[in-house]
Amino acid sequence: MKELNELHLPEDARYSEDHEWAKPSNGVYLIGITDYAQDQLGDIVFVDLPEVGAVFQRGEEFGTVESTKAVSELCTPLGGEVVAVNAKLEDAPELVNQDPYESGWMISIRIEAPEEYGEMLGREEYLETLKGL
Amino acid sequence: MNRFPGAAGLVFNEPLLWEKGRPGRTAFSLPRPDVPAAPLPEELTADGPDFPDLSEPELVRHYTRLSQWNFCVDSGLYPLGSCTMKYNPKINEKQAARPALAGASPWLPEDLAQGALKLMHDLERLLAHITGLPAVTLQPAAGAQGELAGMLIIHACQRERGGQRTKILVPDTAHGTNPASAALCGYQPVGVSSGPDGVLTFEAVASVMDDRTAGIMMTNPNTLGLFEANCRSIADLVHERGGLVYMDGANLNAVMGIVDVAALGVDILHLNLHKTFSTPHGGGGPGAGPVCVRSELEPYLPVPRVMEENGRYRLSEDFPRSIGRLHAFHGNFGVMIKALSYILSLGPELKTVSQLAVLNANYLRKRLAGVFHLPYDRPCMHECVFTDRFQRPHKVTTLDMVKRLMDFGFHPPTIYFPLVVEGALMIEPTETESKEDLDLFIEALMEVAREAAEDPEALRRAPGLTKVRRLDETAAARKPRLCG
Amino acid sequence: MRYLPHTPDDIQTMLTVVGADDLEALFADVPKDCRMKEGLDLPPALTEWELNAHLAALAEGLPEPGEYISFLGAGSYEHHIPEVIQALRGRGEFLTPYTPYQPELSQGTLTAIYEYQTLTARLLGLEAANASLYDGASALAEALLMAVRVTRKTTVALSRLIHPHYRQVAETYLRPTGCRLVELNYLEDGRTDLNKLPPEGELAVVALQSPNFFGVIEDLKNGAEEAHDRRALLVAAFTEPLAYGLLKSPGSLGADIACGEGQSFGLAPSFGGPGLGMFACLMDHVRSMPGRLVGQTLDREGRRGFVLTLATREQHIRRERATSNICTNASHSALTAAMYMAALGRTGLAALARLNHDKAMYLRGALEAAGLPPRFRGPVFNEFVVQAGPGFERKYQALLTKKILFGLPLRTWYPELEDGCLLCVTETRSRAEMDALVQEVRP
Repeated sequence: MKELNELHLPEDARYSEDHEWAKPSNGVYLIGITDYAQDQLGDIVFVDLPEVGAVFQRGEEFGTVESTKAVSELCTPLGGEVVAVNAKLEDAPELVNQDPYESGWMISIRIEAPEEYGEMLGREEYLETLKGL
Repeated sequence: MNRFPGAAGLVFNEPLLWEKGRPGRTAFSLPRPDVPAAPLPEELTADGPDFPDLSEPELVRHYTRLSQWNFCVDSGLYPLGSCTMKYNPKINEKQAARPALAGASPWLPEDLAQGALKLMHDLERLLAHITGLPAVTLQPAAGAQGELAGMLIIHACQRERGGQRTKILVPDTAHGTNPASAALCGYQPVGVSSGPDGVLTFEAVASVMDDRTAGIMMTNPNTLGLFEANCRSIADLVHERGGLVYMDGANLNAVMGIVDVAALGVDILHLNLHKTFSTPHGGGGPGAGPVCVRSELEPYLPVPRVMEENGRYRLSEDFPRSIGRLHAFHGNFGVMIKALSYILSLGPELKTVSQLAVLNANYLRKRLAGVFHLPYDRPCMHECVFTDRFQRPHKVTTLDMVKRLMDFGFHPPTIYFPLVVEGALMIEPTETESKEDLDLFIEALMEVAREAAEDPEALRRAPGLTKVRRLDETAAARKPRLCG
Repeated sequence: MRYLPHTPDDIQTMLTVVGADDLEALFADVPKDCRMKEGLDLPPALTEWELNAHLAALAEGLPEPGEYISFLGAGSYEHHIPEVIQALRGRGEFLTPYTPYQPELSQGTLTAIYEYQTLTARLLGLEAANASLYDGASALAEALLMAVRVTRKTTVALSRLIHPHYRQVAETYLRPTGCRLVELNYLEDGRTDLNKLPPEGELAVVALQSPNFFGVIEDLKNGAEEAHDRRALLVAAFTEPLAYGLLKSPGSLGADIACGEGQSFGLAPSFGGPGLGMFACLMDHVRSMPGRLVGQTLDREGRRGFVLTLATREQHIRRERATSNICTNASHSALTAAMYMAALGRTGLAALARLNHDKAMYLRGALEAAGLPPRFRGPVFNEFVVQAGPGFERKYQALLTKKILFGLPLRTWYPELEDGCLLCVTETRSRAEMDALVQEVRP
């Protein structure tokens, strides 16, 4: 398990207390799980993602991520419609471990309420929540 | 190292069944056809599945070699928590193999089945006596199916009472089957946190027990090996607010002849014949999960029930409020024979069984305290829970330690359960382990702890003496290969 | 007592270490009002010799092997069990371990169950089989729940020719879900009527048993088409897996899930249990499958080995969202079945299945010639229904006094059949025995 100071938390993303991240990309928002989450889960073996077109509210469960020993719900930090899903994760779930913020992205959402992004945590605030755990 | 059971030894490689054999061989003495061949329409028939053909000597060698790759209770200490891996008496196997019992069809006319029905009835009466709960079904095929029966009974009872109860309280120490069984019955499990002493508190239950809650599932002693001392007041509270109390009896080995389960306020209890009552686990079953209930709940028990009148036995489905049938026939009769044999062989000494089970666990606790972190440093019952907290500074985990323990010739205890404790190591020795074997086990664990501090790599390399080393479970899950 | 090693000295030494005065003191945490007032009031422990006598007395009155000639089937079958299988399955290394959670110490069980999964998948013509469920009845219930999960629809169509007890168990499991159960009746030829299936919008699954409770072979191909046309699954249940040594497999005919009872494969009838729930499905649905799964992998040094896998479906991880609550299953029964399938082999299985069928057909023909025709004309495997005439009950009792068990009267579940009786013939019935029966029933 990584120490807090070993965690990778990019500046260009915002974070949720549930250990998801989001960042804007070409008019939509990419969503995935943080370095802390993938480290806690261990080797990821399966990611269960929704269909394109599915609509979720902020905080709603949109899928699950599994390691050999645990399952975690994935809750979207932003409400909106799923416009894309990372198909590569079906054959290579390990991308979430290796590269959680880039090739390990999970879904991309067209959001309803832009202010929801601002309401997410910055990297420092997220780190603070991790210290409490 | 040579005073410990684990030793290097020649073990055989053995291919998979379909990597052996030759077409045309068989290990079966085929009966000679004494009737003419009767044709079947071609569109219905096929050539049969792609099975290997083996001769009898090949079959024997195959399974003999496979068996030698298994650690088992017969070979050494198998201290899995809440599993009660006690000695499985061989004489009980003989009883279950009696041709008249083994060969009996479940459809035998009543007149020809009296002995079998009496056997079941006798076992029911004995379990009723041991638990204090008078009405019993032997039908559920495992503890989890017993839990399902319990949930269905609660559901049926609550429905008759009226009201809309959709929740079941499940302690954070509960075995995973508990919330799964509740959910199968349409209930929403609501978690209750154990208190700082490792047991449920009245206040914690009171804060969640409402008129939308059908009841509570408790394990007593719980999976931390602690007696749920507040169980009476909790049961009274749950009853007062219209709920029912279910007890998971997996840990009954700690309290036979000592605790009156009915006096705990329990309405429904399941037992595990393959734990407390010595029937063999068989690598994962079959077991049996009888359910015992208070007399008010008797009408809900699954059918068929075994009835006795003037020394005559029969099966009856005439119970209109029953939750229905759970098993194709009457339950795992072969397992019941073994459990009955065990109970008859111990008699009142079942109490000694529990006393010695608790003695053995406390002995381990006392001797290992200080070597491993004890989250609840107080007397335990039949099992005790340690953690890897002392070893974590060396970057050694519970998993690493138990893999190394294998090389000493011991099966690991349960790991990472219960979930309330991080890095849990849950040890249940049972009463059939001698002091000398426990002493060796303790020494081995101490050795592992020493290695954790002085040579952690030795743990991470372990096991070294087993037929295979650590296996890649990640690859197995990412690209499942379930079939050859 | 010989299972308890502790001597008084051992106990004393250990109590000293623990810091307790006596064994009673170990239970100080148990409040008084939770105690058994009088202790266990049980008869004194029986010696091994007394236990033998006790069980012998209980077994008295039950038929000894060969004492009765039985034509009973209906979900519990009398088959020859080779002694080699009894010897192998009884080894302590197979009988006394636990679930193989520590794979390095359990390669025997894991390898054997992987082999069982493979043979089962091949037998049933599907892609993945689990490590067992309790019995055929709960396997059906789990299959229906799985189909509901996979299709997200809520109507379940069940053939009336599925074993009546299996249907009862399915009802018990489905009642809390609120799913609608629709019963499919049967046609004159003894097969299920598939003409009145619920519409696509609600239909999750069609369940048939083949051979069915009347012994008749169902048209699974048609069943699969009808189900798939309505975007529902076909569950093919069975009580006699030996049939698939001769008949086309359910998978090859389009079944999505095949499930049933494996008792015929090396397990004694044992008054109905333990049995073996066999269960197989397509890989597409494997993450929704209940029960344990063994998978192949490599160890650190590149050796092939086996582990429990896809465990996140199961209760110990998924808890209330698990695919099932099952933990302990019928592993040792699965091991036994694998041994049996391996002992027979492809050649033996085909021959034994043939023999069962030929013998059943012989009896069916002989009874017809003697005035007891089959009730249904559809093709059968090793069971069939005869229409006994009036006075049947008396005849049944008369045969009983001659130590012949004339099958299972069906009026309890099929009153419309009036004195219909289900007969089973396996390889254990000789021609002479069948001829003797025919002699007795000839009017």
